[in-house]
Amino acid sequence: MNRKIILGAVITTLLASSGVAMSDDDDDDHDGRKRGLFSRFFSKAGVTPVNNQPYIDECGSCHFAFQPGLLPARSWKKLMGGLDDHFGENAEFDSADAQKILNYLVAGAADTSSAHRSQSINNSIPRNSAPLRISETRYFLRKHDEIPPRYVTGNPKVGSFSNCEKCHTEAAKGSFSEHGVHIPGVGRWD
Amino acid sequence: MNIKNLILIASLVLSPTIFAAGSASAFDKYKSGGAANFSASNGEKLWQRQVHSAKDNKMRSCSSCHTDNLTQMGKHHRTGKPIKPMAPSANSARFTKVKKIEKWFKRNCKWTWGRECTAQEKGDILTYLINYK
Repeated sequence: MNRKIILGAVITTLLASSGVAMSDDDDDDHDGRKRGLFSRFFSKAGVTPVNNQPYIDECGSCHFAFQPGLLPARSWKKLMGGLDDHFGENAEFDSADAQKILNYLVAGAADTSSAHRSQSINNSIPRNSAPLRISETRYFLRKHDEIPPRYVTGNPKVGSFSNCEKCHTEAAKGSFSEHGVHIPGVGRWD
Repeated sequence: MNIKNLILIASLVLSPTIFAAGSASAFDKYKSGGAANFSASNGEKLWQRQVHSAKDNKMRSCSSCHTDNLTQMGKHHRTGKPIKPMAPSANSARFTKVKKIEKWFKRNCKWTWGRECTAQEKGDILTYLINYK
């Protein structure tokens, strides 16, 4: 057999698998078991992972370090302007540090990010609103509408929808695909 | 003095220097604010002091999150995120930076007591924490 034909076959296989892989993290990924052989190598994060140490130190010390691409810039600005009452907590810190973190959040915000889940979140938020809770966006609500409250708020091992990483085992890598979901005390979800 | 004694003294002096660097400058700051005679036992009382919060109608204290055993892990009261032990004997990373000490005093005094802590209170609490065994 001609070398070119073999090469062509290999490339076709790779492309076909990657095509399936790209839909891995997509809106309706119930058919996860049909994933291509190479999907692991081609799958990309639904939101860009956090890569800023001050942000991890300042914000991630109390809660999951939510990726900047989970809210639009106007939400981050509003949130960072009210750290003295941050969902009932005091989360104030040095204003120079806070400005650097805000810059980081704005630079990767959902309304500028090219990551597909960021775009879906952003598209679900009305232009005139600046939600502070990711869990109140229409996209989030739609993606979690099949989850009974007893699995989350009524589940002492999870406690709240804001504890992403309790069920989304790959949340820190920016992957919120159903394939990575394992609800404590319940099991896999996909 | 022989070499053995020198090494012994040096190791005794040097071992707490890492956390001492942060806490020493914190103490200097509190003293310049007029505070003095810091007391671990006063610090312990402040640590356990229960203050009512109108926000959730519950009593709050430092131990709400950090527990009363400072060599053990604590837990954020709301998010459940683990908090590393406060005692330097169990967590050598504690009190190494004055900026960090001040940041957490500001946040946590405001949440727990509804106001910032005074220089005297901070000095007493810090004395309690760094000497905790």
